[in-house]
Amino acid sequence: MAIAAAEEAPSVLFDTAPAAAPTIYPTRLRPSHVLVGVAFLLAAATLSVLIGPADLPAGAVIKYLLSKLPFVHLHSGLSTTGAIVVWQLRMPRMVLGGLVGAMLAVAGASYQGVFANPLADPYLLGIASGAGAGATIVIVEGPALGNLPQSALPPAAFIGGVIAVAATFALGRARAADRSAASMLLAGVAVSAFFVAVQTFLMQRSSPGDLTLVYGWILGGLSTAGWGQVGLVLPYVAVAAAVLFACRRLLDVLTIGDEEATSVGVRASHVRLAVILAATLGTAAAVSVSGLIGFVGIIVPHTIRLIAGPSYRRIIPLSLLFGAGFLILADILARTVLSPGEVPLGVVTAFLGAPFFLVVLRQAKRLG
Amino acid sequence: MLEIERVTVVLGGATVLSGVSARVERGGWLGVIGPNGAGKSTLVRAVTGLVPYQGEIRIAGHAYAKSDQRRRARSVAYVPQRPVLPRSMSVTDYVLLGRSAHHAYLGAETSRDRRVAAAVLERLQLSAFAKRLLGELSGGESQRVVLARALVQEAPVLVMDEPTTSLDLGHSQLVLELADELRREKGLCVLCAIHDLTLAAQYSERLLVLSHGHAVLSGPPAEVLTEANIRRFFEAEVEVLEGASGLAVSPVRRRAATPRHESKVRA
Repeated sequence: MAIAAAEEAPSVLFDTAPAAAPTIYPTRLRPSHVLVGVAFLLAAATLSVLIGPADLPAGAVIKYLLSKLPFVHLHSGLSTTGAIVVWQLRMPRMVLGGLVGAMLAVAGASYQGVFANPLADPYLLGIASGAGAGATIVIVEGPALGNLPQSALPPAAFIGGVIAVAATFALGRARAADRSAASMLLAGVAVSAFFVAVQTFLMQRSSPGDLTLVYGWILGGLSTAGWGQVGLVLPYVAVAAAVLFACRRLLDVLTIGDEEATSVGVRASHVRLAVILAATLGTAAAVSVSGLIGFVGIIVPHTIRLIAGPSYRRIIPLSLLFGAGFLILADILARTVLSPGEVPLGVVTAFLGAPFFLVVLRQAKRLG
Repeated sequence: MLEIERVTVVLGGATVLSGVSARVERGGWLGVIGPNGAGKSTLVRAVTGLVPYQGEIRIAGHAYAKSDQRRRARSVAYVPQRPVLPRSMSVTDYVLLGRSAHHAYLGAETSRDRRVAAAVLERLQLSAFAKRLLGELSGGESQRVVLARALVQEAPVLVMDEPTTSLDLGHSQLVLELADELRREKGLCVLCAIHDLTLAAQYSERLLVLSHGHAVLSGPPAEVLTEANIRRFFEAEVEVLEGASGLAVSPVRRRAATPRHESKVRA
């Protein structure tokens, strides 16, 4: 029978000899798209390490960074302070911005795929409110909880985000017969409302100083970035990105709906679970160090859709590249517009994202 | 090839199918007919593994568990009543989704997958549409593309749920003829839920009548599609006519037609 046939056995139903029909090719990642993405990321990364309040010569900074590569011996001429500014401040900030941007963009693309909703973002299932509540607990109640240090904030935000999404899952899957995307979204709304209430309650009882800290965290930023935070986030982002990359073709299968996906042999509920878990863990890790940076998960995947089409085989890998480059560029704006002060990164992405959101809406309306 | 034994489906506490049994041999075509709500779609969905059921469904002697959906997809291909067609997906990408159960779960299509898809597109006269987007196709072209996606599964059993619902007569014929050709030439086994009794009579070797979730009658079209049976199970007055290519079922007005007002005819 055809079912158990070996890989190159002839088809029982059709003539599949190589010359029998013209060859067809599915949508694949185009090298030109990848090249543009890599160039965009490299340009953003280079600008990011060259620009800053400390006036360092560009040539010296580049030579210094090249000298860090194995087998490259160059004398940069950069002072010790300059070297510290580049290696301990600008580089980790750029790398962290890249990791957070890549994660938020790829998580947004994945959520849009599994929920079949073009406006879905990485915060859909309650991560933002859960992480916000976690961070607020540390800021407001830290002194009462055995003098918690500020370094407890990222893990608290991470745990808050994960608890919120776990609660969303528990609620969304409570009805065994109804494990649809819609019930998950509704559960996300309910859980978000609860954690926002917790956060608001705590903020109401806090001092003005604590309020400023909470708002600072909510608006997001990379001003405290260091290699430690990069080390903290990197494993989560790497694993999440690998899982989402592996699922990119399955996300295409989900676009024909759960039933038809099942009929062609893909268990939609399993794919959805794997994708949501990976995107959630990665986003929670990113949010824990950067605060809430909105719109990246919408702006980047939609721009890629406009350029490269609707296939997740392209959207997922390109979201990683363009998401990283986009947030690095947004961070340059955040720290240069009001230099030496900083605009919260979340405010910059919102300024860019809100008009973009309207463009996406208009386009969806036109196509619909 | 396809054996359905005492299949019962309970959805939301209601028994939608009750102890239905049927059998389709290799190269056979079983048409499933019945009034609205009789359980036709549920039977088709049970065979595809889309609804939980009691009883047993065997394909070429194998019964598939729910967790075995990947192997089931290599044995049963499904044409849904209202397929989801993402507007900006290309015909090639869409048709290749049907190969998901053949290549590695997380992997890409192999050259054989591409060859099978190309052969199916050729067979269904869709090669020229390979690069077109689904949103650019007409209703008839779309339905052929859906059939193509099912056929690339290379499953020995094809189940169709009202495949002609949104099609005009010509396109209905085209889709059914394509399935019929493969049945005759390659021994494809077809289970087709269909509400058009004339099409059911002309393409099916045997018919199964469902009523309120029960299998009430089965046999060759000539035995099943009598005026008395149709009156009994469909509550419809019809005339069954014998044509060159099989039976034709024609509705008869319950009251004699009254002549229209002359001025209205002119208007």
